Amino acid sequence: MLKLLKIELFKIFKRPRTYIAFGAIAAIVFLIQVALKFDGKSYVDLLMSNLSGSFEFSDDFKGRLLNGYLICFVILNTLLIQMPLLVALIAGDSIAGEANMGTLRLSLTKPVSRTEYMLVKFAASVVYTLALLIWMAALALFGSMLIFGTNDLVVLRSEGIEQMKSFDVLWRYFAAFGYAAVALTTVSALAFLLSVFAENSIGPIIATMSIVIVFTILSEMNIPIYDTTVKPYLFTSHMVAWKGFFYVKADAEGTTINGSIENLPAVLKSLGILVAYIILFFSTAVWVFRKKDILT
Amino acid sequence: MVPIIEVKHLTKSFRDLKAVNDLSFTVQEGQVYGFLGQNGAGKSTTIRMLLTLIKPTSGTIEIFGLDLQKHRKEILRQVGAIIERPDLYKYLTALENLRIFAAMSGIQISEKKLMDQLAMVGLEQRAHSKVKTYSQGMKQRLGIAIALVHDPKLIILDEPTNGLDPQGIADIRNLILMLSRDMHKTLLISSHLLSEMELIADSMIIIDKGKKLVEGKVNELFDPAETIVELKTTDDSETYNKLMQSSLKGFVQGKRNDCVLMKLHRNKVPEVMKELVRMDVNVISLHSKHSLEDYFLSLTTGQSNVEVA
Repeated sequence: MLKLLKIELFKIFKRPRTYIAFGAIAAIVFLIQVALKFDGKSYVDLLMSNLSGSFEFSDDFKGRLLNGYLICFVILNTLLIQMPLLVALIAGDSIAGEANMGTLRLSLTKPVSRTEYMLVKFAASVVYTLALLIWMAALALFGSMLIFGTNDLVVLRSEGIEQMKSFDVLWRYFAAFGYAAVALTTVSALAFLLSVFAENSIGPIIATMSIVIVFTILSEMNIPIYDTTVKPYLFTSHMVAWKGFFYVKADAEGTTINGSIENLPAVLKSLGILVAYIILFFSTAVWVFRKKDILT
Repeated sequence: MVPIIEVKHLTKSFRDLKAVNDLSFTVQEGQVYGFLGQNGAGKSTTIRMLLTLIKPTSGTIEIFGLDLQKHRKEILRQVGAIIERPDLYKYLTALENLRIFAAMSGIQISEKKLMDQLAMVGLEQRAHSKVKTYSQGMKQRLGIAIALVHDPKLIILDEPTNGLDPQGIADIRNLILMLSRDMHKTLLISSHLLSEMELIADSMIIIDKGKKLVEGKVNELFDPAETIVELKTTDDSETYNKLMQSSLKGFVQGKRNDCVLMKLHRNKVPEVMKELVRMDVNVISLHSKHSLEDYFLSLTTGQSNVEVA
């Protein structure tokens, strides 16, 4: 299995198109970092303007606000919406791309079971997703920490602000990136499933993105009837739960409790739902593929 | 003789279409077995079932005496194949493609052995070139190298000469003969190039609309000495009329394009030539056209290749 996985990764990372996603992430991160380096104050002013009625912020506070942790939070917020497309590019190509090239039939005449083949293909797309996230973490988190330094992280919420001490932030990012890996693997599993039905990779990629977009719109819509009937069952509703790692508990005096997570059970529940979706998508893909006649 | 492939009552339906219909045949060890049929006859569907790409609707396939469905991996370790055309990873080099499929075949193979394999098909000089720069013939040869890299006992080639120029066809033919004679491999080869098949196959099956029409040894299926002669003269109509009034009338099959067609045994050709000279027929050319093609067409379409005037 490991040998087969190495082969899959070799094939993925030998294709120039694989690096488009890495280039896109680097470009977006770089553009955000450059913009905030030269005009960060305007951005913070804009950010604080919503709260200026209730709070008074000193320039010193605003200055400390613009640090590597905040920049990473901004980047994560921006990129985690776009990343499903980048992930679908590879996962949607997994089986359909092989069918399109004609290499699927040759591969399946080798002494490898279809289940093994699917496991390896999916594992390779998960490794690719992880590589993208590590790349993003390296640029967005460590890059921003290097350029902007570190300080307390302030996160805006509709009901106010969350402030975390500098020493209490890094582990939250690791947890958020871990969660994002599961969320993106869900998209990857969906694209992988759709890839089984297609004979070229464009179809599954577009279909995956269409589903993600429609589900995201439904997740974000404020229609009360959907809140209990539809939203809890959409995987996109749970993909944004990584933000839960940045919402902290406060004591009776309103002071932030270091190391706390406001609603850990909700985060874990969302995580569980995403894992269930991954299992559902992947096992359906294997079931379909095992029965499929290879006619390409 | 040990049976290597035993197919019994194999049927494959795609909704209402029976692509393969109650097909049975046996390939013996060491044979080059020709699998013949027109386009859409069910050759590729059968080959895909032999390679587990398609599941049969009914019937059984045994390879090396084992049930294919139950012993798939064990059997495929000993099988090398090209299906229709050798589609490969175009963005990788020949060596990388070969390495990938060798690993998928479950074997450890040194770089030198891989290069030897490429040398066998004449690609060692282009081992590091990307496959997208290859001609169709080179891809076909690389496909064969991939089919052979794990030293399989059984080689299945689906239309291996498709899209090749005459030199490419001759190269593949020689390679197949070498695999059979020198390496004692068992080969199942589908083709519509009947003349090619006659040169390499020991036995063959002809199928049409998914059904077996005939199976047997090549030299038993038709008389190789029986031939169709194409006679080209300065005036084919006059020649035809003269022939129909002569002692050669019984050999005349008809007229096609600007030729008169005659069916006769090869050792009758000199006698016919003398008679033509005696009849003062101005012969431009006379060449024999193999009767296998005609035989094939008469089996698969129920009519001869020859238009009777």
